[in-house]
Amino acid sequence: MSSMPAFFTSKRNNAILAIAAVVFILLGIFTPFFRIVFGVIVPYMAILIFLVGVAARVWQWAKSPEPFRIPTSCGQQLSLKWMPSSKLDNPSTTLGVIGRMALEVLCFRSLFRNTKAELKSGPRLVYGTSKYLWLGALAFHWCFLLIILRHLRYFANPVPSFVLFLESLDGFFQIGVPILYISNLIILGALAFLLFRRLLEPKLRYISLPADYFPLLLILGIVLTGMLMRYTAWKPDIVGVKELAMGLVSFRPAIPAGIGCLFYIHLFLVCTLIAYFPFSKLMHMAGIFLSPTRNMANNNRMQRHINPWNYPVKVHTYEEWEHEFRDKMKAAGYKFDKE
Amino acid sequence: MAEHFNKKPEEVVRIDYHPPQKAWMDPTIDFEKKRGNWCYGAAAKNTKYLDLPHPRDWHPTDEDWKLPENWKEIILEGIKERLEKYRSFRLFMDICVRCGACADKCHYFIGSGDPKNMPVLRAELLRSIYRNDFTTAGKILGQYAGGRELTVDVIKEWFYYFFQCTECRRCSVFCPYGIDTAEITMHARELLSLLGIGINWIMEPAANCFRTGNHLGVPPHAFKDNVEFAADDLKDVTGVEVETPIHKKGAEVLVIVPSADYFGNPHYYTFLGYLALFHEIGLDFTFSAYASEGGNFGLFHSREMIKRLNAKIYAEAKRLGVKWILGCECGHMWRVLHQYMDTMNGPADFLEEPVSPITGTRFENAKSTKMVHICEFTADLIQNGKIKLDPRRNDHWKVTFHDSCNPARAMGLIEEPRYILRNACNYFYEMPENTIKEQTFCCGSGSGLGTDENLEMRLRGGLPRANAVKYVRDKHGVNVLSCICAIDKATLPDLLKYWVPDVDVCGVHELVGNALIMKGENERATDLRGTPIKTNGGQGESQP
Repeated sequence: MSSMPAFFTSKRNNAILAIAAVVFILLGIFTPFFRIVFGVIVPYMAILIFLVGVAARVWQWAKSPEPFRIPTSCGQQLSLKWMPSSKLDNPSTTLGVIGRMALEVLCFRSLFRNTKAELKSGPRLVYGTSKYLWLGALAFHWCFLLIILRHLRYFANPVPSFVLFLESLDGFFQIGVPILYISNLIILGALAFLLFRRLLEPKLRYISLPADYFPLLLILGIVLTGMLMRYTAWKPDIVGVKELAMGLVSFRPAIPAGIGCLFYIHLFLVCTLIAYFPFSKLMHMAGIFLSPTRNMANNNRMQRHINPWNYPVKVHTYEEWEHEFRDKMKAAGYKFDKE
Repeated sequence: MAEHFNKKPEEVVRIDYHPPQKAWMDPTIDFEKKRGNWCYGAAAKNTKYLDLPHPRDWHPTDEDWKLPENWKEIILEGIKERLEKYRSFRLFMDICVRCGACADKCHYFIGSGDPKNMPVLRAELLRSIYRNDFTTAGKILGQYAGGRELTVDVIKEWFYYFFQCTECRRCSVFCPYGIDTAEITMHARELLSLLGIGINWIMEPAANCFRTGNHLGVPPHAFKDNVEFAADDLKDVTGVEVETPIHKKGAEVLVIVPSADYFGNPHYYTFLGYLALFHEIGLDFTFSAYASEGGNFGLFHSREMIKRLNAKIYAEAKRLGVKWILGCECGHMWRVLHQYMDTMNGPADFLEEPVSPITGTRFENAKSTKMVHICEFTADLIQNGKIKLDPRRNDHWKVTFHDSCNPARAMGLIEEPRYILRNACNYFYEMPENTIKEQTFCCGSGSGLGTDENLEMRLRGGLPRANAVKYVRDKHGVNVLSCICAIDKATLPDLLKYWVPDVDVCGVHELVGNALIMKGENERATDLRGTPIKTNGGQGESQP
C-alpha cells in the first residue's frame, strides 16, 4: 500500500516529525532543559489537548440530533401483558436502557454474542461460539483501568485507601519481590492477543489500518516501559517520580534530578497516547454512550419521538389520486363524497 | 431462473474467504464480469416522476455514468449535511475500531467471501472518504489515516456494494458499539441518489406507490377486483361469504397490507387468512385503495421518500374516520411503521388508543402510533379464547418460522408469531439458535434487491437462511417455512428451490386461516391453497 516516494510528499511531513520527536527525547532527557520539556510542558500540553479534543469531539456528536429512534432490538418487545419481554436486550424504559448500557460498557454484552461462521462440506454452515475476542478485549480494558487507578498513588498524599486495596488485590498471589501484579501479566497477554489476531488472521489484517496498530503498539510500549521500571534494575527514583507527579497536579511543577531516562520514555509514551486520543478511534470510549442503537428505548409506538428538522414533503394527496382514477373507480362501483 | 445465472449450487458454495492481494482501497469494479451481482439503474421516467435530481437512463456497465458536472461537490456537500443532521452518521464514521466482530455476520459475506461485504469494510468505503475530507488526521496524513480520495470509481464502487447490503441490521446486533450498517447504507444510497444514481427495482415500485397507492401499480378498480376475487376464493374453500369493505367511512379499523398480499403468490393465501379471521371475529374494518400498500420502498431510497410514501396511511385513516390501524405481515413495512411513521407523519391525534373490540385489550405499546401488528392482535385473540383453531388441519405442514429482519431487530416481534404458530399447527420446529430471533438471517433479497438480474448475489446471500432450513428439513422433515414478510414470501420460494428443494413458503395467517373454525363453514376438504387436508389424529410432536 505504501510507496516511499509518496511518503515524502508534503502531506506526510507530520509522520516524519513524529519520528523526529522520538529521537529528540532519546537525546534530550539528559539535559535539564529537556527534562522541563518532557516532565512538565509535554504532560500539560497532552492533558490540554486531551480535554479540549475530547470535549470538542463529544460536542460535535452531541450537537447533531438523532432524528429517529432507531434502537437495535435484541430480544422480545414489550407488547401483550402476558408475554414476557426482554427488559435488557430490548428495553422499553429508561431504566432498562441504563441496564443495557451498563452491560454494554462494563461487560461488553454485544461482543459476548460473538460467533464464528464456518462453511463445512455439504454445504453445512455452522456457527460456533467465539468468546476469545470478548475475553481479550474485556481483560485488556479492565486491566488498563486497574493500572490507571493504581497510578493514582503518585498523585495523592496520603495514598487513598481504595488504591492500596486495589494494589493488594492485584498482588494477591504475592509472587516475587517486588510483588508481581497480575494485571501486568494479563494486559501483556491481552495486548499480544489483540495484536497477533490483527497480524495473523487474514480478514483482520486486510481491514487493519495504521491507526489500528499504532495505539496497540503505543500501549504495549507503555506497559513494557512500566514493567521494566518495576521489575528490573532500571528503577526510577520513586520519591522523585512522586514529587514530579504531585507538582504537576498541584500546578507547582518541580523537576527532581535523577529520576532516570526510562521514566521519561514511559511518560512521553503516555503523553502521546493522551494527546492522540481525541483524534483516534480510541474515542469509542466516549462514543459508546451516544450510540443510538443502544442508548434509545424501544418504546417507539408508545411515545412519539420528535425530529427537530422534520420538514413537509411532496405527497400525492387523496384528491389528486381520486382525480386521476375517478372514471375507472366509478365504473368499478366505488362511492364518492362528492358525486 | 434469470438469464445471467446458471451456476450449480456445488459451484456457488466453493467460496474463498481469503482476502485478495489487491488492497481494499482500490475501488475498481468490473461490472461486466460481475453480472448477476448488481441491479439495473433506475429508469429516467421513474426518477422524473418522483421529482428526483438528474433523471437519465443509464446502465452500470456504461463507461460514462453521465454524472452531473459538479458531482464531487454534491457528494461532499451531502456528507456535510448528513453529519449535521444525524448523530448516528458522524458517530458511526468515527468510532469503529475494526475489531472484525461483524465480519462473518453478513449473509452476503458468508455467501460470497468478498471482503467488501464484511460490514466493517462496507462502511469503510464511505468512512475513507469522510476521513479524507472531514477529519484533521485524514487531511494531514491521507492514506496513512485511512483516507481515500473521492473519484468516479469510488462512486461506482459505492453503487456496487451499498446495493449489496439488505439493511438487515444483523451486524449491528454483534457490534460492541451498536454501529448499524443499515444506517450507513441508507446514507450512502441517499448520497448516490443526489447524483441520480439508484436502481430500478426500487425506483419503479416507489413511483408506482406514489401514483397508484401501491408498489405493484395496481389501480383502484383492479384492487377492488382482486379483493373481491379473494373473497370468492375463500368461499370456495370454506363455504362462508365474507365482507371486503373498501373506503368504508367510520369503520373501526383501517387494515393496511403489503400489496403482494392481494397480488402475489404465496402471499395471497395469507390474505385469505386475514379475510377469514376478520369475518369470524366480526371486525368492523376497511381496506383502502389509496393506502393499498404498507410496504415502503422509500426505506431503500431515502428518509424523504419514506415520508412521502408513508404519509398516505395517516391521511387515509383521518379521511375515513377510523379509530386505529391494523398492519399486516410485512417486514420493512414494520420498520417504517414502528421506527419512523410517528416521527415523520405523526402525531396521530385524530385516532384513538387501539383497543381490541373483541377482547377489550388495550394495546398500550401502540398508544402513540395507533398501529397494531396483526400478530399482536391475533395472539391476543387466541390467548383470550376468542377464536377456535383446529391445528390438525395443518398436519400436512411441518412448519418452521423465519424471523424477518426488521420485526426481529427493529421491533422485537419475536414471540407473538411463535405463539400463534404453536396454536395453529401441531408440527412446529425451530431452526438453529444462531439463525433465528435477533440473530435471524436475511432472505438475501431485502431492501429492494430482489430482482432477477441480481440473482447470483441473492442466492449467495440466501445461503445462510437456506442452510438453516435444510437443517430442519433433514432433521424433522420440515416442508414449509412460515414468515411475516412480503419480500420473504416473494423471494424465498426461488431461493429455497435452489438450495433446499421441497420446502414451501407460507404466511403465519395462512396457517391461522387453515386452522380457523368458522361459523357455518363447510367441512374443509382442502387448505387455503387447495391442497387436500390429511390430519394425523391430532398427535402433535412440536417442540415446546
